[in-house]
Amino acid sequence: MGTRDCNDICGESTPGIGEAGKTGEWRTERPIIDDKKCLPARAKKAACFQCWLHCPEAVISRTVPVRINYDYCKGCGVCSEVCPAGAIHMTPES
Amino acid sequence: MPVSKRQKQEVRILDGNQAAALGAKLSRVQVIAAYPITPQTPVTEVLSEFVERGELKAEYVAVESEHSAMAVCTSASMVGARTFTATSAHGLAYMHEMLHWAAGARLPVVLACVNRAIGAPWNILNDQQDSISQRDTGWIQIYARNNQEIIDSLIQAYRIAEQVYVPVMVCYDGYVLSHQQMPVSIPVQAEVDRFLPVYKPHTVLDPSDPRNYNLVTLANPRANVEGQLCHGYMEIRQLLQEALEDSLETIVQTGRDFGEAFGRDYGKLFWQDRVRGAETVIVAMGSLAMEAMVAARILRDKGLKVGVLGLRVFRPFPAVAVAGALKKAEHIVVFDKNISYGAEGATCSEIKSALFGCGTKAVVKNFIAGLGGRDVKAKEIASAVESAIGADVPPGHHPTWLSQM
Repeated sequence: MGTRDCNDICGESTPGIGEAGKTGEWRTERPIIDDKKCLPARAKKAACFQCWLHCPEAVISRTVPVRINYDYCKGCGVCSEVCPAGAIHMTPES
Repeated sequence: MPVSKRQKQEVRILDGNQAAALGAKLSRVQVIAAYPITPQTPVTEVLSEFVERGELKAEYVAVESEHSAMAVCTSASMVGARTFTATSAHGLAYMHEMLHWAAGARLPVVLACVNRAIGAPWNILNDQQDSISQRDTGWIQIYARNNQEIIDSLIQAYRIAEQVYVPVMVCYDGYVLSHQQMPVSIPVQAEVDRFLPVYKPHTVLDPSDPRNYNLVTLANPRANVEGQLCHGYMEIRQLLQEALEDSLETIVQTGRDFGEAFGRDYGKLFWQDRVRGAETVIVAMGSLAMEAMVAARILRDKGLKVGVLGLRVFRPFPAVAVAGALKKAEHIVVFDKNISYGAEGATCSEIKSALFGCGTKAVVKNFIAGLGGRDVKAKEIASAVESAIGADVPPGHHPTWLSQM
């Protein structure tokens, strides 16, 4: 079955998670959160969330503890740069 | 429509630019975005006056460049507005990127191209290098021979574009037509309204049903979030090619319907003047086709069997129909107001390609004429044709220039 069945006339799609595939595969460096330094994790309550605010891919949760969705994180490193506690380190993907 | 039911059309003396502006007005365009450039400038002036006086309910966007003009037209077309722009030469070249975008996004934008030479060196006069250089952008290209064809073709252009979702460029020769006055029958507004249905965009932008358009579309088809396999980049390009191939039929049908509605039949992809039975056929596009008809008369007076094929639709190229019309000719003499450097005139290549495999033994000779506004007189065409008859045209020959070098 070919793509003609989709009946699209130009490039179009419905917005949705994973619309461009698992973009986490593009990553060369993985951000890893050290919960011993992360402010919300240490305070055990909502705080800071600068990484959540700045993440251009919206893959960082606004939760305690903060979590990163590695399926779609492209490894840009913005979170690591903005973290005031120095809690996010970029480590090379093997 | 029976002739008796047609309303009488007023005849006005108009230059080509006025005819183009009036054609856009009669088509009730809703968004106009244009940047003035010689010789197109009066089109923008006349249209802005229509809008200013309230005679045309349209948004006139005074943009800072032709690139922006086409960006405005594509965006407005995307949200369902009938859009118009006009340009020439360097302006069209500056639009190049967005011309691709309009076609790729399948937006029925209509553009009047007032054909002008491109620098270097600077030149403001007529040839067709500008629109020919946009040949491969995916736009339909229609060439007018006179001012009546400009206004009529513009109205037809909207119906064609909005039916096949491919943008249409209506091309006419700068100065030769743009600044030359001639009698033009003005289609009656009520009849244009009947002829042109309301524009329905192929997709509707609706915040309650959000969609992505023309995002990064990579090499291979991919399933969407609903699991439906969707086009990759290549399939979308193939659809555009199919749309242009299929548009030949729409162009002919629209031309026939226009004839029914307004009494001037355009149900043909090219014009023919005594091509049937002709031993020699002159091929030309735009106003040059009119001049070629005068040349053919001169040659017929000398006892030669000469016809003229005036190309009207250049993209999609009507190869099958052209081959059918030309296959019995012995000599085909193609005049081009453009040059594909290192090869030959663009229409000559099309003619040869169309004839390949149809069993013709015709000799095809190419002349490059009228570049940068160089006058092409009927008697010059006639003597060029005479020189071509019986002349040997070996494979790989170069075009002959009607220059003074």
